Amino acid sequence: MRQSFDDISAQLKGRHRKSARLKWMSMGALGLAGLFLVFFFTDMLIKGLPAFQQAQIQVQVDYSERAQQLPLAAVEEDVRPLVSRGYLRLIPGRMEDNPDLLGTSRMEWVLADGQVDQYLKGHHTNLNSKEQSVVDQLASEGRAELKFDTNFFTSGDSKMPELAGIASAAMGTVMTLLVTLAVAFPIGVMTAVYLEEFAPDNRFTQIIEININNLAAIPSILFGLLGLAIFINFFGVPRSSPLVGGLTLALMTLPVIIIATRTALRSVPDTIRHAAFGVGCSRWQVVRDHVLPVSMPGIMTGSIIGLAQAMGETAPLIIVGMVAFIPDVSATITDAATVLPAQIFTWAGEPDRAFTEKTAGGILVLLTILIALNATAVVLRKKFERRW
Amino acid sequence: MDMKVADRGVTMSGHDTGQPVTRNEQANHELSIRVRDLNLWYGDTQALKNINIDVFQKNVTALIGPSGCGKSTFLRCLNRMNDLIPSVRLDGLIEMDGRDVNEAKMDEVALRRRVGMVFQKPNPFPKSIYENIAYAPRMHDLVSRKADQDELVEKALREAGLWNEVKDKLQQPGTSLSGGQQQRLCIARAIAVQPDVILMDEPTSALDPISTATIEDLIDKLKQDFTIITVTHNMQQAARVADYTAFFHLGELVEYNDTKTMFANPHTKKAEDYITGRYG
Repeated sequence: MRQSFDDISAQLKGRHRKSARLKWMSMGALGLAGLFLVFFFTDMLIKGLPAFQQAQIQVQVDYSERAQQLPLAAVEEDVRPLVSRGYLRLIPGRMEDNPDLLGTSRMEWVLADGQVDQYLKGHHTNLNSKEQSVVDQLASEGRAELKFDTNFFTSGDSKMPELAGIASAAMGTVMTLLVTLAVAFPIGVMTAVYLEEFAPDNRFTQIIEININNLAAIPSILFGLLGLAIFINFFGVPRSSPLVGGLTLALMTLPVIIIATRTALRSVPDTIRHAAFGVGCSRWQVVRDHVLPVSMPGIMTGSIIGLAQAMGETAPLIIVGMVAFIPDVSATITDAATVLPAQIFTWAGEPDRAFTEKTAGGILVLLTILIALNATAVVLRKKFERRW
Repeated sequence: MDMKVADRGVTMSGHDTGQPVTRNEQANHELSIRVRDLNLWYGDTQALKNINIDVFQKNVTALIGPSGCGKSTFLRCLNRMNDLIPSVRLDGLIEMDGRDVNEAKMDEVALRRRVGMVFQKPNPFPKSIYENIAYAPRMHDLVSRKADQDELVEKALREAGLWNEVKDKLQQPGTSLSGGQQQRLCIARAIAVQPDVILMDEPTSALDPISTATIEDLIDKLKQDFTIITVTHNMQQAARVADYTAFFHLGELVEYNDTKTMFANPHTKKAEDYITGRYG
């Protein structure tokens, strides 16, 4: 029976409707995901950006002999509760470093207490009405302002929100990741090279392969337990140190690097290997001079993404004690340290409203570094991508 | 050797000795590679059956035959490229310079240094034109000084007839060249290490007719210095470039003969049918 175009079109209507429906549904899913992302970033920015500003007030500071004994005496009584106690404690030290200060008295911008900061930002505050009126008075005279907070980037954690910073956590993250990279990258790449280029394809290597793939899916907290059991309890690596954190994260990153490297090696066409064997390369020369250079962008991309994943990891580090109160920036990889996500975790648990800001600020810093790392991965891939 | 029509299709006496049925009187008859009773299996499938052949120095020997007849497999035996395939098993003798290339003491890397290879698809290294040539000689310690290296690169490119086309762009990637140029680059790469034998696995099958003609001229020139064994699907090509031709069918060497005789007056029915286009 012959069908006219109209007959066929009538049958097609349902099919077209179905494909249109699917198209709209997938676009809806994408839109929803985008919306979540926008919401997330806006929320983070609104909550986090104020963390980069901190209240300062201009007060008369007396570098008197009395202040050397009792730092509180350096400022007048009415503004005393408004000045950061942490800041006041530094005054005797400054006078020791600079004896000329002794006996002078000058107007200075000083770090305000966290409650003043919250009051000026319009949040809930514990200041009483008298203190609030003093702050209002200062503000109307232009002697209380929100200023960019370099302290946030230069100092470690503190129980006083106005003094708390992420420097020690950032340094901890850098050292931990360096350890992870130094351990996981060479071992991961060599393992992948062996499995892909040298190992015979037999049951034994197949079992290894399956297990590596499984390792990549193991909950990260188990790696923390493994790190605790092996590195701390067995090898006696110092607890809370970037060394043990880095080693633990290296365990977790290894399968990611191995899988990424194997994929990159597998994507190198065999014609290149044959060409190299054909001119008399040994197997190792084939790998070193021909296969690895071509697959390097893929290996680097995979490794950076593995590292970025490790950088955001908190659970295994809790187990090895890297969620700690670290006021000073640690100097070596065996000192106690904390990492960015752990610092965020710590701040998120603080009851003081001022730490909410710090939490969001910390997240912004972490996200910025993560995006930078991923962008580096993309750039590296584009830069070294070669055609053959 | 006088073969009657009635004898055609019967395994010839010459086959067992590895000697060609008819000799090309102009050709060099010093032995390069001697193969005796070579059998090869891929897993359980036998791909080569009792191959006996003598390949002569500074000649072009063409291997022809329908797809899957084992000619490429045989070619790859000669520089042990089949070692890369785990399921391959072989027995028999492949002798070069009085040594069995498969003996335990023979290093396949050393073998490939003396038996170079050009592949079906041009496969320059993803490096500069200069590096494509200089890499292997440097690796084999044939050159150390930069000046020697430059000289060697130029010599190899000249021999491959590529020098004039690439002398101004030696630092550009080898893959930026056209297909025919890439294949000549691969030939230059192979001759740069001064091998004795060059194996060519259908070197022109991915090229246009003009590039093919250039490569054929090149092969003709190169046989002054090298023993060339080439696999080809193209019978005219075998007729044009080869001194000797070996016809493979279903893993057997059916006929090995002087090229002129092979094409004008083949001694076996199978070879005649194939050459006249009855199958293949």
